[in-house]
Amino acid sequence: MKRRTKRSIPTKYTLLAVTVLCVLVMFASFTLNLSGGPLNTVAGYVFVPMQNGINQVAAWVINRADDVVSLQNVQQKNKELQAKVDELTQELNTIKLEQYELDNLRELMELDQKYPSYEKVAARVIGNDGGNWFSTFLIDKGEKDGIEKDMNVIAGSGLVGIVIDTGPNYAKVRSIIDDASNVSGMALSTSDRCIVNGNLVSMNEQRVIGFTDLKCDEDTVKTGEQIVTSHISDKYLEGILIGYVNTIERNSNNLTYSGTIIPAVDFQHLQEVLVIKDKKKTPAD
Amino acid sequence: MRRKLAVFLIITVCFLLQSTLFQMLSIASISPNLLIVVTSSFGFMRGRKEGMWIGFFSGLILDIFFGSVIGFYALIYAYIGYVNGFFRKRFFPDDIKLPLILIAASDFSYNILVYLFLFFLRGRFRIDYYLLNIMLPELVYTILVTIVLYFIILKINKKLEKIEKRRASKFV
Repeated sequence: MKRRTKRSIPTKYTLLAVTVLCVLVMFASFTLNLSGGPLNTVAGYVFVPMQNGINQVAAWVINRADDVVSLQNVQQKNKELQAKVDELTQELNTIKLEQYELDNLRELMELDQKYPSYEKVAARVIGNDGGNWFSTFLIDKGEKDGIEKDMNVIAGSGLVGIVIDTGPNYAKVRSIIDDASNVSGMALSTSDRCIVNGNLVSMNEQRVIGFTDLKCDEDTVKTGEQIVTSHISDKYLEGILIGYVNTIERNSNNLTYSGTIIPAVDFQHLQEVLVIKDKKKTPAD
Repeated sequence: MRRKLAVFLIITVCFLLQSTLFQMLSIASISPNLLIVVTSSFGFMRGRKEGMWIGFFSGLILDIFFGSVIGFYALIYAYIGYVNGFFRKRFFPDDIKLPLILIAASDFSYNILVYLFLFFLRGRFRIDYYLLNIMLPELVYTILVTIVLYFIILKINKKLEKIEKRRASKFV
């Protein structure tokens, strides 16, 4: 009996307390849109340096292993690419001429360059979502490097995602293929808007994501059309490439179209990304 | 204190491996869930209380780095650790059948809960697809990893218990 009194609280009450605490914190962080705050700072300093280290070692090992396998592929690919370079150089020359013409015309019309060059900062991917349900990842730049929530993340020329949380030395990025991600996009040639939503099922099966609510005239948007971020999005900067239309079909309401998009970024082998430090300015700011 | 430090190290290492190395070694973009193995095995080795706390902190780390709200994973992991604690009396270190079954069940129920709360409630109803392509592959991969990881955890736990016993007998 004496031991019983000496013990503190029975475990089931602790469990109850933990449950209540978790539920409260969940509600608080959901309604007030809070993030970890001090927890982020502590966790950032404890785990991120180690993640960095492991990642570099692991990446090195895997790269070496890949090197051996891929050498033959590379040689084959090299030939193909060389052919492509020739082809593209020709194309480039024509485009240069057109660009020159365009510049002249723009100057005449006193138009500013439509897409200003944004200030970007490079970051390395240091950790992927531990589970298999979502596609969020960590990068090794944080508040100290001027990263803020809602900054856009790109790789190459395509959109990767958006910063959803920051710590002192890391930031959490939700990629556009994440099942909970929605991006307002538009078809480049016609400026018809649509909603691009990440989808775990289609991403797993065919490496594509979905789009819905595309309002366009018949047969104007075809397979291969570029989908970019739209000008009405309040978080994504305008005109970043999301991907290319893969399939498109008319919805049963006969007004809108939906289909799938092949993302412009290779999410399987994402190692380095660029964070755009300019944020979209909305009237509310 | 020594135990707390050891457990913290185990959680740290597993979290780091899970979020870095095993993501690179993922098979068909599925990676194993190491933290479930840790939570579950400490649950049935050490009882409800320790299982619960270890689960809570494992979940909290996941929440901070990958969760959309703080507390969700912490809660699920805490309950998994707690429930595993009920099997402490039936646990014998040399028998691997019970640990395997418990860890498999834990991983499966974890995934079912994640599906229900984070997918089903958002209108993603294709449970058969998620079952076959996410949950079962993860289950198989996790069990494969368990066979190695479980013995490491078991050994660490044995060593810790030995030290604790020696210390306790010194004071008597």
